[in-house]
Amino acid sequence: MSERVAVRKTYKLFIGGKFPRSESGRSYLVQSSNVSLASRKDARDAVVAARAAVKGWAGATAYNRGQILYRAAEMLEGRREQFVALGIPGDEVDAAVDRWVWYAGWADKLAQVYGGANPVAGPYFNISAPEPTGVVAVVAPERPALLGLVSVIAPAIVTGNTVVVAASASEPLAAVTLAEVLATSDLPGGVVNILTGAITETAPTLAAHMDVNAIDLTGVTDASLATELEVKAAENLKRVLRPAPTDHDWSTDPGVTRMTALLETKTVWHPKGV
Amino acid sequence: MFEYAPAPESRSVVDLKPSYGLFIDGAFVDPTDGGSFKSINPASEEVLAEIAEAGAQDVERAVRAARKAYDKVWGPMPGRDRAKYLFRIARLIQERSRELAVLESMDNGKPIRESRDVDLPLVAAHFFYYAGWADKLEHAGFGPNPRPIGVAAQVIPWNFPLLMLAWKIAPALAAGNTVVLKPAETTPLTALLFAEICQQADLPAGVVNIVTGAGDTGRSLVEHPGVDKVAFTGSTEVGRAIARSVAGTRKKLTLELGGKAANIVFDDAPIDQAVEGIVNGIFFNQGHVCCAGSRLLVQENVADRVLESLKRRMAQLRVGDPLDKNTDVGAINSAAQLERIRELSDAGSAEGAERWSPPCELPDRGFWFAPTIFTGVTQAHRIAREEIFGPVLSVLTFRTPAEAVEKANNTPYGLSAGIWTDKGSRILWMADRLRAGVVWANTFNKFDPTSPFGGYKESGYGREGGRHGLEGYLNV
Repeated sequence: MSERVAVRKTYKLFIGGKFPRSESGRSYLVQSSNVSLASRKDARDAVVAARAAVKGWAGATAYNRGQILYRAAEMLEGRREQFVALGIPGDEVDAAVDRWVWYAGWADKLAQVYGGANPVAGPYFNISAPEPTGVVAVVAPERPALLGLVSVIAPAIVTGNTVVVAASASEPLAAVTLAEVLATSDLPGGVVNILTGAITETAPTLAAHMDVNAIDLTGVTDASLATELEVKAAENLKRVLRPAPTDHDWSTDPGVTRMTALLETKTVWHPKGV
Repeated sequence: MFEYAPAPESRSVVDLKPSYGLFIDGAFVDPTDGGSFKSINPASEEVLAEIAEAGAQDVERAVRAARKAYDKVWGPMPGRDRAKYLFRIARLIQERSRELAVLESMDNGKPIRESRDVDLPLVAAHFFYYAGWADKLEHAGFGPNPRPIGVAAQVIPWNFPLLMLAWKIAPALAAGNTVVLKPAETTPLTALLFAEICQQADLPAGVVNIVTGAGDTGRSLVEHPGVDKVAFTGSTEVGRAIARSVAGTRKKLTLELGGKAANIVFDDAPIDQAVEGIVNGIFFNQGHVCCAGSRLLVQENVADRVLESLKRRMAQLRVGDPLDKNTDVGAINSAAQLERIRELSDAGSAEGAERWSPPCELPDRGFWFAPTIFTGVTQAHRIAREEIFGPVLSVLTFRTPAEAVEKANNTPYGLSAGIWTDKGSRILWMADRLRAGVVWANTFNKFDPTSPFGGYKESGYGREGGRHGLEGYLNV
């Protein structure tokens, strides 16, 4: 009997819960696989999908978001060997699962930690609570390909934002496999959208897009590109997370700042009286 | 209207000097490379004082003084001592509050009733509030050892000159930063009196520096490489330019920009209260308020009743001498602003909206604009989209709560919103859906130092006030 011929995987984009090829029909070769080379049009399509998902995701209860994110961690754990097969160290996969679970638990806690009652000098009920800013564009770190990616996606979506992520250009396979995890986790389509390809092609479109509320430049290593993106982002006053130092240690305690940077604080007043 | 005898507040409490220098490193100094300009009283066009205009070298001196004070004095100082200086400043403001209120009304044109009863109490309260934070920062929720950022460049507008100064300086100093502040060119005087208060408080030299001037001075300041933090309150257009200018630097930026707030009145709202809220929302401070309720959204079935009542109330507004204690609406802050309000109002008429003002006698000298409403406004009209920053209200109608939300959010701004209804669950439903940083339900234009303030979308980012207000001045 001849040896069984394997069924290979096609690595595609992840937009609106579906796995389309790039509308441009282009791909590039990574680890012997053809990976979709996302175009500016793909980036715009991803923003449309992300915007459409905001209402349902931001409007879901915090408990529900936490449940779905925990489910994603279960799926991630189940695919451990696939990530290892792609060359992701086992320790990194474990850390990514743990990070995801850590953020999942924040869903129904952050509003208490970051919001609160304000003791105003008058007969008023006054309360401040965080809300998601909306659609967030994210340039993921080049590496670690999985832990870095999880560490930028989870804090953005756990609070109710939706994201368009430009994945690591040099190591995109883990990102596509993560998309498969998310697609089987009850995460509504469009909450996470993942583009593979050249940052220089997709990021400027995302930075200039008028329907994107915030941009996370964490993975941008070229200082002049980072400046160009920040300038573009100013057009509609996007919230900007500046690039992380290239030697950033992704295994350390992330704290809450990646979540709070992508939140708006809303303060509501009402008079007290009879 | 019922006639009142004039009740002017005395100007004698204010001791104006003919000219003022820059406040750098604890002393008033002449500019080295700048010129000078005049600050006038917008209610009379009388020149109040000659003001130094800081050039790039003056800004350099001020930033260097702030850096030195940060490194040598203010940074190393224990929080409990920073607190005591801020408490001192708060007390001095209370002690000199009438002088500051009268000067504010003279330089800005706002009614003394507002500068005395709103601005000044809030200014003092703001310093008191943040004074108490200075030695408690490790409990503020930003980690065990939150650090200041360094030198803060702060640029503030002319609508609430001293209050915006307090919103900027109090949290910055409490967190351990030093500041260089540029007041608006039409309203520099209370900031300069505040500089005297810093001297009176024996605040260490260089902790607070005040550079007066216009846009060029502001640009030199925010673009100065020695600045670690930029805080700006003003127009969205300038905010955008500042966001571009700090791109690629490590400067931390907070922006509090324009607004086009919807004030939403449902058919079950108590109409008289709602009308008071509408009037307060748009005619408070001549409408020179970034969070002004400049779009009235009224439910269609009560629109006629609300408008009739609103017009009756507007006919009672007293427009005139800002120093008269009976005055409700004072002077427009500058000729340039008056021109902008006129231009946009004319566009409202030209685009087909119906304009109405109560009969109202305006003084001959100074800059004045009668309280005005436009009815028959559509969402496409410029007066429904652009910030007018004047006493001009656009009235639109809606039928369902969902339509009200849709219209309220149909703007690139997102600073504030108002809801008037007797139904609690509707308030909370609406408040969840309005994309605005401050939502006033059955009230409007309320401010408090403990209450975070700031915008969504193109109204800027960061919050001022409350625990949240510290974040922009800490290295977190």
